[in-house]
Amino acid sequence: MAQLEEVSVDQFKHLVSERALTGETMLLNMGPQHPSTHGVLRVLLELDGETIVNCIPDIGYLHTGIEKNMEAKTYLKAEVMSDRLDYMNTTGNNLAYCLAVEKLVDLDVPERAQSIRVILTELQRIASHLVWLAAFGLDLAAMSVFLYCFREREIILDILELCSGQRMMTTYIRPGGLWRDVPVEFETAVRNFISYFPKRIDEYEALLTKNPIFLDRLISIGKLDAATALQYGVTGPMLRASGVNWDLRKARPYMGYEQYEFNVPVHPEGDTFARYIIRVEEMRESLKIVEQALNKLPLGPVNSDNRKFVPPPRSEIGVSMEALIHHFKLWTEGFSAPNASVYSAVESPRGELGVFLEGDGGPKPRRVHWRTPSFDNLSVMAEITKGHLVADLVAILASVDIVLGDIDR
Amino acid sequence: MDKKLETIVQALQENFNTTNEEFRGEVHVFATAENIIDALTLLRDKYDFELLSAMTATDYWPQQSPRFHVIYQLSSLARNLTLQLRVPLNGDEPKIPTATGVYKVANWRERELLDMFGITPEGHPDPRRILMPEGTEGHPLRRDFPLGYEEPQFTFNFEEIDLGKPYAKE
Repeated sequence: MAQLEEVSVDQFKHLVSERALTGETMLLNMGPQHPSTHGVLRVLLELDGETIVNCIPDIGYLHTGIEKNMEAKTYLKAEVMSDRLDYMNTTGNNLAYCLAVEKLVDLDVPERAQSIRVILTELQRIASHLVWLAAFGLDLAAMSVFLYCFREREIILDILELCSGQRMMTTYIRPGGLWRDVPVEFETAVRNFISYFPKRIDEYEALLTKNPIFLDRLISIGKLDAATALQYGVTGPMLRASGVNWDLRKARPYMGYEQYEFNVPVHPEGDTFARYIIRVEEMRESLKIVEQALNKLPLGPVNSDNRKFVPPPRSEIGVSMEALIHHFKLWTEGFSAPNASVYSAVESPRGELGVFLEGDGGPKPRRVHWRTPSFDNLSVMAEITKGHLVADLVAILASVDIVLGDIDR
Repeated sequence: MDKKLETIVQALQENFNTTNEEFRGEVHVFATAENIIDALTLLRDKYDFELLSAMTATDYWPQQSPRFHVIYQLSSLARNLTLQLRVPLNGDEPKIPTATGVYKVANWRERELLDMFGITPEGHPDPRRILMPEGTEGHPLRRDFPLGYEEPQFTFNFEEIDLGKPYAKE
């Protein structure tokens, strides 16, 4: 056990203003156990009455050491941990990791697998935005939105369960393709969702978008301008709410995103309301992508047939000695990747989710780094909360859409 | 290499005497701790690299010189380019000058480097650990930091391990 050290107050003096040292302003701890911090985030607030003078986020309460653990596993086995990072966007994390591995070992993915990957990640994006909208409503005392959003999210989780047998931690997307092909019921399930969901978004908007109490809490609260956002590395819906048209699906298409027609919602206001409305619009756009991908879902294999990297299907193992050897080798020793590094990024519901992967020539990575969007999005909190009331902090924090598993890694 | 990127890499080479590598279409430029801030400033102001996408490090232990590579992954939104800058550092007391003056996002990223690798950002406004608690010994993401496991409890060592468990005893 590590010895507890005496920590002197002098180490933290530079964080607060001088008025706090004379007792003129008050220091208040919010969290780590607080319902509107969405997990275990601690925020140290310096308050002048009800007004925020300083806001210092303190993270690390959910640090799991996933980056370190991944270094000790083979490329195939390490993927299981990627689900546990951002637990609201599990297939998106799988996709980011698989793209990095595929780039490192130069592996091609069949078209059918690419389309299914797009469908699943876009459904997951909707599910993530639904949870965000639910929690956002709840923080602003709109309880019923929470129940409606979770009702719809359940349908998406059912689709994921249909494919992979798991509701959340699917690990369905694998390096070189997918775990296996989707079942026959998949298409009907997704089509039902596509026809059912647009009306539900209208319902949420009817409850919130023109609700005067809701608007009063949001408009011109937590303003973030484009230059500050870029300085702090803010990406995703938060950056687009500050008027910067930057979406990796459009700018650097991966997984065949260039063949789908969709808009990237951009709002120049940069306030909490813009961040809300962008996510609602994004749900509609994601639905468009899902529909297009489903309409032209090609037939064919869902896995690369490069047996040096992709384990053979179960049916082959019984009849082919070579397949048995590959199966055995891939699940024990694993495949080796070159001594080089790649960085590949995808657009997660929260922003640029990047994976920096460096191999050492052997079957285990030397370094896996997750560039997680929430980490940088949270770091801008100190800037955008200054001068607002404590009640507004809750609205701003909710609009940032933090997932603590994503921040602390 | 991309035509647009080639001119930028050449400019870096002329100004700072950098070398570069290419792998799967990604360009890695090797700079030094002395000129990295000037290089970042030049890239941001003249070549529109507005976004420091990622900042991390790799440990090449047991190799000592260089032991670490500090990695700056830059993005240009206006030109839609990416570029990676690498700074090799030796194993004894690794230090880099802070980039918080160029990109504010470097504030938390450098705290993470300090926490996880023990790479000191010189001139950082708030050099504290970020993820691990204050008073932690060592830097977890270094390759010589052991990945801890709990010892499995068998009949022969049951009581010995039980004594060390944190729960309340009768």
